[in-house]
Amino acid sequence: MDIQFTEEQELLRSSVQRLLRDRYDFDARRKIVASEEGFSRKQWAAFAELGLLAAPFTEAVGGLGGGPLSTMIIMQEFGRHLVVEPFVETVVVAGGLIEQAGSDQQKQSFIPDIVAGTKLWALAWTEKGSRFDPATVTTTARRDGNDYILTGEKTAVISAPWSDYLIVSARTSGHRHDRGGVSLFVVDCHAANLDLQSFRTIDGRRAAEISLREVRGQLLGKEGEGVGALESCRDRAIGALCAEAVGAMGELNAATLEYSKTRKQFGTTIGSFQVLQHRMVDMFIAHQEALSLMQHLSLSLESTEAGVSRLASGAKSRIGYAGKFVADQAVQLHGGMGMTDELNVGHYFKRISSINIQFGDPAYHVLRFAQLDTAA
Amino acid sequence: MELALSPEDAAFRDEVRAFIKDNYPAEMRVPNPETDLSKAQMLLWHRILARKGWIAPLWPKEYGGPGWSITRRFIFEQETTRAGTLPPLAFSVTMVGPVIYTFGNDVQRKTFLPRILSGEDWWCQGYSEPGSGSDLATVRTKAVRDGDHYIVNGHKTWTTLAQHADWIFCLVRTDPAVKPQSGISFLLIDMKSPGVTVRPIITIDGSHEVNDVFFEDVRVPVENLIGEENKGWTYAKFLLGNERTSMAGIGRSTRYIARLKTIVKAEILEDDPAHLEFIRDIARVELDVLALEATELRVVAQMARGIDPGPAASLFKIRGTEIFQDITELTHRAIGNYGLAIREHPVSANHFMPGPDYGHTASEKYLNSRKLSIYGGSNEIQRNIIAKAVLGL
Repeated sequence: MDIQFTEEQELLRSSVQRLLRDRYDFDARRKIVASEEGFSRKQWAAFAELGLLAAPFTEAVGGLGGGPLSTMIIMQEFGRHLVVEPFVETVVVAGGLIEQAGSDQQKQSFIPDIVAGTKLWALAWTEKGSRFDPATVTTTARRDGNDYILTGEKTAVISAPWSDYLIVSARTSGHRHDRGGVSLFVVDCHAANLDLQSFRTIDGRRAAEISLREVRGQLLGKEGEGVGALESCRDRAIGALCAEAVGAMGELNAATLEYSKTRKQFGTTIGSFQVLQHRMVDMFIAHQEALSLMQHLSLSLESTEAGVSRLASGAKSRIGYAGKFVADQAVQLHGGMGMTDELNVGHYFKRISSINIQFGDPAYHVLRFAQLDTAA
Repeated sequence: MELALSPEDAAFRDEVRAFIKDNYPAEMRVPNPETDLSKAQMLLWHRILARKGWIAPLWPKEYGGPGWSITRRFIFEQETTRAGTLPPLAFSVTMVGPVIYTFGNDVQRKTFLPRILSGEDWWCQGYSEPGSGSDLATVRTKAVRDGDHYIVNGHKTWTTLAQHADWIFCLVRTDPAVKPQSGISFLLIDMKSPGVTVRPIITIDGSHEVNDVFFEDVRVPVENLIGEENKGWTYAKFLLGNERTSMAGIGRSTRYIARLKTIVKAEILEDDPAHLEFIRDIARVELDVLALEATELRVVAQMARGIDPGPAASLFKIRGTEIFQDITELTHRAIGNYGLAIREHPVSANHFMPGPDYGHTASEKYLNSRKLSIYGGSNEIQRNIIAKAVLGL
């Protein structure tokens, strides 16, 4: 099984590659991360212009119909360049949820602005103590006319400081851990009584703790069916994050191999030491297997196969551990240089660490993979 | 686990414990003492230990050491690390101090040793260079004799806390013609000398611990040469042996495991399947610590009977650093989504950090501890040492 990419997909890949090569080298990225906002609206506009923000959506909602495979292609390249702009949050996660669960009116009013690059979104699903379980929700929502009124706290919401809208999970019925009774809401970030406390993430992004006190929101999808929608959304997000991790691993392996061929100690290149050769072979194998799983998952997402959610958890866990191994060893083999902020290696390490938290860590997903087997 | 102590040694242990409790400065109890304290704050405990006469456990009595047995030195190390006190600056006390009293002359001993003990002089280590990391013997920083001085030119790197240093001890090349190990000298250089520049290196955790140090035509008086010219490699190896002894880090690992247990208890519900995973992972790392601690105690007992521990230090370094990396990783995992956040440096109360206090340093510790398997002779080099010196391969 190896994906034979269509001409169109190859074109997508080469155009993303060209854009990032020209405009998103490591220095450009460093400046973006250090800027006041922490991301670049100019880059975002360039992504929109190239059609990247439209790529995965169906043609029916104004997209290019590229589906999960286009997400995979884009995210692999984003991983190679450590792109910080919120493609996953806005396009894959929020856009995907709106397309999947939204009313026609919601699709019409929100998706065109996402595609055009004029509005940014974030997903607020985690709470204190929820860890990685989308059903653990204490934020409440009560009906008020056509709207709902939300009250509660959301935690570690990536991209929230940049966003125009949030999708918030809140409980319309049931108890703290019940799968039923959780619903999703669209909330305007400028709504009254919505407070954000921003902070920096280890991988140079911005996130926020969010407090909602009687904040007005509109229902997205069916009342009480939020957990199922979040789980499908997570599967797609995992597809994107796995591709990003694979892109980052490829760069780490290339950089490490190159370094081992040029760095000399004891009168020879360190790549001539057998212990390091074997280490790099294991890094190569880890990357190859991750790449294969990434493709397998993206194809399954595309065909919306049964069991895709179990595969998504399996891939998140397996690629997570593989990424961690590659990142650890890339730093180790670069020695002190791998520890510096100056070299890109440490930044890939941090991005992989962060991917391994987003939407569930490898330990969470290996357990979910096991549990879904028992359920079958 | 404890050593079997004589009544006198047990009384000594109680005395150390009480002294720490009564005297350790409250203002040094900050979230991350390695990055959050000013130079003056770091020296508070140093000065208290100096006044007590406990600052340099390794040193012989005649130079200001307390004259402890190996067992007492170990007890002191155990009690101070278990209590989480900031150890006195290793570069001064455990590294250059012993080199000076072992290989230095009387004038050097009289000049430098008292100022190390009092905390007046802060030392840093000029060993690694951009081209000489694991292969230290290839250092290229040059010292050329010019009358009563050496003229030093070169570039040292990974120099820990050089930003605070008054002095640097350096490996310099004094004879380029012979084989690398034979042309090295050990030179003490005043950081205030014209031509010395310090450039910060920021690491992946955002902190400023290490530096580049550049030497441009720096004039160093010949009386700052330790021992004989071109014998520096012998002194350097002696010093590296001291650097690695304390690397088992049992006290620190034990404290971090206790904290990890508290975090897991607070963060993860017992009916969450992840809970059992954590319990298992923590138990495994606890057993790793137990095995290493038992080994350390066995080596200490052997040393007390006069048996040379050989390259035991390499074993301590490998296992001690791997264990601490595992603990910081587990801690980072335990705080879940808050693991995305990292404190900004320099640390300030103005920067918001999400989540409970106990998680605020988890990310930076996790990132920072990647250095442990690299510095002080990488773990690959330590394995080479054991392969060669113990296994005879």
